[in-house]
Amino acid sequence: MKIQEADAKSLLVAQGLPVPDWEVAHTVEEARLAADRFFASGAEQVVIKAQVLVGGRGKAGGVKLAGFPEQAELVAGTILGMDIKGITVRKVLVGPAANIVKEFYMSAVLDRAAGRILLMGSAEGGVEIEQVAASNPAAIVRVHADPLLGLLDFQARQFVFAMGLGAQLKAGVAIAKGLVRTMRAYDADLVEINPLAIIRELDATGTEVERLVCLDAKVTLDDSALPRHPELEELRDPDEEAPADREAREAGLTFIKLDGTIGCMVNGAGLAMTTMDLVKRAGGEPANFLDIGGGARADRVAAAMRIILDDPKVDAILVNIFGGITRGDEVAKGLIEARAQQTRDVPMVVRIVGTNAAEAALLLEQAQFTTAATLDEAAAKAVAASRGAVA
Amino acid sequence: MSILVGPETRLVVQGITGREGEFHSRQMREYGTRIVAGMTPGKGGQTALDGTVPVFDTVADAVRETGANTSCIFVPSAGAPDAVMEAAAAGIGTIFCITEGIPALDMVPAVEMVRRAGARLIGPNCPGATSPGSAKVGIIPGSIHREGRVGVVSRSGTLTYEAVQAMTDAGLGQSTCLGIGGDPIIGTTFLDVLQLFAEDDQTEALVLIGEIGGAAEEDAAAWAAEHLRDLPKVAFIAGRTAPEGKRMGHAGAIISGGAGTAASKVKALEAAGFRVANSPLELPALLREAGYRG
Repeated sequence: MKIQEADAKSLLVAQGLPVPDWEVAHTVEEARLAADRFFASGAEQVVIKAQVLVGGRGKAGGVKLAGFPEQAELVAGTILGMDIKGITVRKVLVGPAANIVKEFYMSAVLDRAAGRILLMGSAEGGVEIEQVAASNPAAIVRVHADPLLGLLDFQARQFVFAMGLGAQLKAGVAIAKGLVRTMRAYDADLVEINPLAIIRELDATGTEVERLVCLDAKVTLDDSALPRHPELEELRDPDEEAPADREAREAGLTFIKLDGTIGCMVNGAGLAMTTMDLVKRAGGEPANFLDIGGGARADRVAAAMRIILDDPKVDAILVNIFGGITRGDEVAKGLIEARAQQTRDVPMVVRIVGTNAAEAALLLEQAQFTTAATLDEAAAKAVAASRGAVA
Repeated sequence: MSILVGPETRLVVQGITGREGEFHSRQMREYGTRIVAGMTPGKGGQTALDGTVPVFDTVADAVRETGANTSCIFVPSAGAPDAVMEAAAAGIGTIFCITEGIPALDMVPAVEMVRRAGARLIGPNCPGATSPGSAKVGIIPGSIHREGRVGVVSRSGTLTYEAVQAMTDAGLGQSTCLGIGGDPIIGTTFLDVLQLFAEDDQTEALVLIGEIGGAAEEDAAAWAAEHLRDLPKVAFIAGRTAPEGKRMGHAGAIISGGAGTAASKVKALEAAGFRVANSPLELPALLREAGYRG
């Protein structure tokens, strides 16, 4: 699950990492009030950042500076309501603009090949790490946390020195260890600080000092671990979850909306992807990825059918079930039940093999469903049905 | 001889008294697998499968009393990593973890403990393995198999069944069929399995079923190019139409930053001498084209 920058920063703060102050505003008035406060406490400029879960918001004009409160109000007005890659901006983060001395990059990520937490750092901050990896791979420093002991102090020191952050050793080590701690505390897949920056600011006595802080934060959470972090469920952004996605999640289905016209219902993720691929190969376009999961019963099948039919572009449905844990007759019953309830008549091609396939075949035949023996045949029939519906 | 499971398998089922554990234990035994023990903490001294299998409180007890050498885990996700570590600590050599939905970071110490014990973990989130004609461990339907000489390895569950059924329908039997699991952190990779098949005298051809995400297929391809040059080998990669950045069901199946795409995997496999199918149904014909006469 992706979470907003402001929420990611809250998690970092809770783990003791240094993050400059900020406020979230949903209206221009709230943005103005926040800006007032930061200007009153000495900020020369404020930064206003769109809170959306897609990358590239800076390039899209979703991150801007303002030099006085009225300007902050104006800028917030241009960003709120803006469309960034199909997402409408509904809130902005407002904070004092930092006086940046130098930018770095630091992240903790799950390294699947090594089976460990990987810490990555670079003195080339502020640009995408993928870009650095392509143009100057030697600029990226890497260290794996110990699988049993976590990131050790000496590893963190070596890492920070290698990043060129020796002048901020203590702060750098604290942040490196903090990223790994944050990852483990919330079961994150990724904790990314870009930029991590040395900023110049005035301390309590008015003396100019340099400080290492997390200026941006990106955190993605492991969906499999959410059940044990119920408090993190609140960070799910309802503005960025489509109703179909929510219904699917609550029904225990894995659903991803795509752009095509052929709705797919499959058991198993690998087979669901294959089904989409074969629809495409047969000349059609899949409308979705949908995995009903292992052992699905009739009610889950009915929920899946509702979600597929909610997409007005869907003009044919392909059901592909290879029963193992899942029983074919249960799926057939679910399909029959779903068709009795559905408000829209869409041609359906059903293929059920494996556990209890014979019982399923009998039920489907009695209910006069179009069936197919193989996956390739099912894909071809679904594409033909889709074309017929269009014509 | 087949790999990982076979006539030498002496199985302990962790979680044998649960609904899934009991159902699949019956199926495994029906297929011919020797189930020597069950394990459920607090139910030691009882029996399972109609009084035929002794249940122990700990895996260590099961190993000591029955000589179990292989474990199959049907424990819910919260307890599954601990079950894996318990099996490794008890001296089990081959551990299959069927459980899905385990938080990825929980597997980091578990995989390390398995490595230190010198054991092998398959999964988690895997369907298990079948060596047709001798034994199956896990949840793969026994009916789809036929005894033979093709080794099948896959990241998926039902997609594996699809590919195996296609092989069986075409008259191509299998030495061992194995699903390594769809999670980001798994105990055994494609490369590990290829190495096992390379040493297996029964396996004379290879089917690899991959999917988008990670670089495990590419790593395996590089090794096969060097060590399995003369073995007829075919592959299928799921997810050619998957959009970038979306998690396609399996936690590991996510394309990020242009890496892990189907195109990259197909290219690596073809360069290594695999014939790559456009549909699982094409696998048998491609295997024949590659020179397999089994």
